[in-house]
This record gives sequence, C-alpha cells and structure tokens, in this order.
Amino acid sequence: MNRLHLHENWTALRTIVLKEVLRFARIWVQTVLPPMVTMALYFIIFGGLIGARIGEMDGFRYMDFIVPGLIMLAVITNSYSNVVSSFFSAKFQRHIEELLVSPVPNSLIILGFVGGGVARGLTVGVAVTLVSLFFSPFSLHSIGVTLSIVVMTSVVFALAGLINGVFARSFDDISIVPTFVLTPLTYLGGVFYSVSLLPDFWQGVSQLNPILYMVNAFRYGLLGTTDLPLTLSYAIIIAFIVGLYLFALVLLNRGVGVRS
Amino acid sequence: MMNAALEIRALRKTYRNGFEALKGIDLTVAEGSFFALLGPNGAGKSTTIGIVTSLVNKTSGKVRVFGHDLDRDIQEVKRNIGLVPQEFNFNNFEPVGEVVVNQAGYYGIPRQEAWKRARHYLGELGLWDKRKEMARTLSGGMKRRLMIARALVHEPRLLILDEPTAGVDIELRRSMWEFLQNINCDGRSIILTTHYLEEAERLCRNIAIIDHGLIVENTTMKSLLAKLDTETVVLDLQAAAPKLPEHESIQLRRIDDLTLEADIHRGESLNTLFQLLDAAQISVQSMRNKTNRLEELFLRMTRSTESGERGIRAAS
Ligand SMILES: Nc1ncnc2c1ncn2[C@@H]1O[C@H](COP(=O)(O)OP(=O)(O)OP(=O)(O)O)[C@@H](O)[C@H]1O
Ligand SMILES: [Mg+2]
Repeated sequence: MNRLHLHENWTALRTIVLKEVLRFARIWVQTVLPPMVTMALYFIIFGGLIGARIGEMDGFRYMDFIVPGLIMLAVITNSYSNVVSSFFSAKFQRHIEELLVSPVPNSLIILGFVGGGVARGLTVGVAVTLVSLFFSPFSLHSIGVTLSIVVMTSVVFALAGLINGVFARSFDDISIVPTFVLTPLTYLGGVFYSVSLLPDFWQGVSQLNPILYMVNAFRYGLLGTTDLPLTLSYAIIIAFIVGLYLFALVLLNRGVGVRS
Repeated sequence: MMNAALEIRALRKTYRNGFEALKGIDLTVAEGSFFALLGPNGAGKSTTIGIVTSLVNKTSGKVRVFGHDLDRDIQEVKRNIGLVPQEFNFNNFEPVGEVVVNQAGYYGIPRQEAWKRARHYLGELGLWDKRKEMARTLSGGMKRRLMIARALVHEPRLLILDEPTAGVDIELRRSMWEFLQNINCDGRSIILTTHYLEEAERLCRNIAIIDHGLIVENTTMKSLLAKLDTETVVLDLQAAAPKLPEHESIQLRRIDDLTLEADIHRGESLNTLFQLLDAAQISVQSMRNKTNRLEELFLRMTRSTESGERGIRAAS
C-alpha cells in the first residue's frame, strides 16, 4: 500500500464501515430485533423451564451456564449474515462496482465489510446480553478475555460470510452455510452443555469443531470456567482469521464472482 | 510529450463462455477530446469500457490512462477515471446524497468536502432536492443524472459515459449535452457511447466505430463526414411529376406520387437540383434530409455481411 495514500485509505475504510453500519441500522427491525426475541425465548424455555430440572452444569446454574454460549451464538450468526447478505446484495444490485472502479485496495474492501459485520455482531451481542440480564445475573470474570474473544470470533465469521458472499450466485446460496454448517456447529459447540459430559469418543469429535474453542473461551471470560486450554482457543481463532483473510484476499484479487 | 487520456493497444477479450468480444483493438483518445465510441448492439463498447474501468478482466493487450499502465499502476488509472455505466448500479436502498458522498469517500475525500462536492454536482444536475430520497424512487432520467454526479465527485480527468442519454427526454438530453460540453471545456476528456448519432455528431470531435470486436474506423468527425460522397434529400411535391429529369451527379427517385428522393453527389450544389426541377416544371413544397448523415455512414460501415444475422425477427 502506498504511503502517500494512507490518509485517503483511512477515509475510504471509514466510509465503507459507516455505510455498512447504516445499512443494518436502517433495517434494525430485521437485523437487531429478531435475535433479541429468539434469545429471550431460549432463555425462557431452556434456561427457565427446562433448565430448572437440569440442575447444575460445571458448577453453575444451567441458566447461567448457557448465557455465554447463547450470546456467542448471536454474535456468530449476526456477524456472518451481515457480511454475506451485504456483499451478495452489493453483487446482485451491482453496486459492488462502485468499489471496484475506485482505488480502494482489496484489503480495505475486506476490512470494511468485516468492520460492518463485527459492528453488527457486537451490537447484537450487547443487545442479547441486556436481554439475559432479565434471567441471569451478569458476571464478568475477565474483561480482557471476554472482549478479545468476542471481537476475534466476530472477525472470523465476518470473514467467512464475505467468502460465502463472493461465491454466492443466488439468495439460496447465502442461507445454506448458516443453516447447514453454522447453526449445527454452534449447537454442538458446547452452547447448551459442557463437553466433559460427553463420552470420550464424542469429546474427541467435538474437539474438531472450532466453534467449541470460541464458546469455551468466551464462557471462561464471563464465568471463569472452561473445558479447554485458553491458549489453544486463541491460537485456533488467530489461525482462522489469518487463513480466511488470505483466502478472501486471493478471491477478490482474482475478481471471483465480481469481474467477468 | 503529452500523454493520451486513453491508449489501448491490441486489446483482446474472450469471455469465460468462449465468446471473443474484442479481437485486438487499438484506440487513442487525446487529452481534452470529446470522443465518441460508436457501434451496434453487442459490438464490444461496454466490454472495452469495462476493461478500462477494472470491471472486466482483459485477456491480453495494453491499456494506459494518462500514461499510467493498467497492469502496473491500477490505482492511479482508477483515480483518473469517472464512469457512468450503461446499467444502473447504485444501491437502490441508499439515499441519493449518500450514493455520491460514499463514492467520494472511496476516493479518499473526507466527508465534509464530499458533501460540498455532492451539493455542487447534484445541484448542477437538478438532484440536490432529492438527496434524502432513496435512490430507487428516482425516475429513469434522474437515475442517469445521479450516476453522472457520482462519476464526477472525485473530479476525474477522464469521464467515460456508456449510453448516458438512454431513456432521457429530449429537453433533458439537450441540457445534458450542454452540461457535458461545459465539463469538456474545463479540460476534462470525455468518452461517450450512444446510439443517437445526432448526439455524437453534435458533441464529439473524434470518433471510433467498433463492430464485432474490431475498430472499423477511428478518425475525426469532420473527416468521417467528408467521406460521405452523396447526401440524400426528400422532396415533397405540390403536384405529381409526370417525368423525372436526369443528371450525372443528381439521381432522382420516385417514392410515391408526391414524394421524390434525390441523391446529390458531393460537390454538386443545391442550385443545380432546383434548376433541374424548374426545367421539368416540378414544384417543391418542402425539403428535408433523409437521415442524419452520420447515421448513413454508420450503417454502411457496420452493415453485416450476413444480413440475417442481426435484426429482430418477428415471432413466428
Ligand atoms: N459476461 C459476459 N459473458 C459472455 N459474453 C458477454 C459478456 N458480456 C458481454 N458479452 C458479449 O460480448 C459482446 C459485446 O458486448 P458489449 O456489452 O461489450 O456490447 P456493446 O457494444 O456495449 O452493446 P450495446 O450497444 O448493446 O450496449 C456481446 O456479444 C455480448 O453478448
Ligand atoms: Mg453496452
């Protein structure tokens, strides 16, 4: 990147992020409200009604145990779907061309879209946390771990959403991954249970699921309990960020899905 | 030496489906010129423009914009170009003002300055009052003008317009011409594609005609029009002419009882035509040019060899 244009690039990045934030803010009834409603239902049904019969999990009230995982679930799906739908509709309506003709480097296009996805993920994360306060007392074991894990996880899924958006050719394509990959992996990623409850074999299988590490690290940040080493979680998340970013960069440089 | 605004050498494009849209074109657009790129539907105009503006990957060839090589200095190429594409390509769900301001932001123009420029260009194009409306609520002609404002907001030295007046009413088209001429007078180079040849003839000093992915003509408007060796006029008669006079450089044809067509050879004066008609006691009510001169030339140059290849077939 040319030093001379550092200032211009900074303006361009802010423009993209602001545009992305305004996009989901304008349609907050579709973007921010639904996860709050869904989460309230989860809290009532799983935490309140069923959870009362389950008793304790890892030494916590079941309701308190599932709060971190459910916040994470909301952050993951919203970071992802913000970027995939924004990028795909930019392709579909062709206004991605506004960026393609401009001198904004591809790395900044990625950062801008990811910035928007993280903003949505965190906004929803905070909103869901507020909802959880009606059901569970707020606890914060380590603010550093909590914030770093939630932001980095959000980056991972924003990047993944971008890649999905690059390849998507129809509106169906943007919901396949969330439905068939993201949601199952998150549910199996220890949102509702501690993996230590599983038989050895399934514990081993679960450890192949990257989302498990994120949920666990985040739960550690809030509650101070985890099934897995924290450093491993960081290593895995960082590896995903680097890998997905480089992949996205290659795709954009080649013009996959956007240039004929 | 002054760099050309645009220099294209041996440019080829084969689309992924194997279709060869450009078969090696060369084109030079001098700085400051108002340049017409003409050609029938599917000739390769938008493909050429797409490559120059980084929307289409080229297969081979060289593109230089004010001396900056597209392969080596793409950012600098992009900074110097403003594009008004053939198809609407803004976010329909974004307010008009933001469409322009965001585009400015992509070129590194800070928000405050961007709004100032948006006010200027949207104002000039009669859209400032609409700045808060969603882009999708604009009429077709307004959408075109929005794209022109968006293309100018970073004040590019080369403005490329792909059919900017398609779907624009006559009055507006004229004011758009004036607007573009002013921009050109300010020193900006302009490349324009259009199917209204009157528009090209009126605005452009230089012209290239592209057909089937090849440049078939690249010259000044003046010398192109000079190539036309005959001009055809249509004569409406006051009374039917029993017999048509003959002349070596004026050919008369009967279209119907009260209408004649005259092919007048270049160099022959209209007086000769009227002397001829007088002598034959044919009185003329009114006279007009058959078609725009450029249109005639254009058709001759791009007429396809297989006549069935183009044209709209009636449903059978
Ligand atoms: N993405 C694409 N894939 C395959 N072929 C394409 C693609 N885009 C354009 N073509 C073909 O390339 C040829 C040139 O198209 P282009 O859009 O450049 O024409 P044009 O001169 O702009 O025509 P028009 O006046 O109709 O806008 C056409 O035959 C078109 O079908
Ligand atoms: Mg075209």
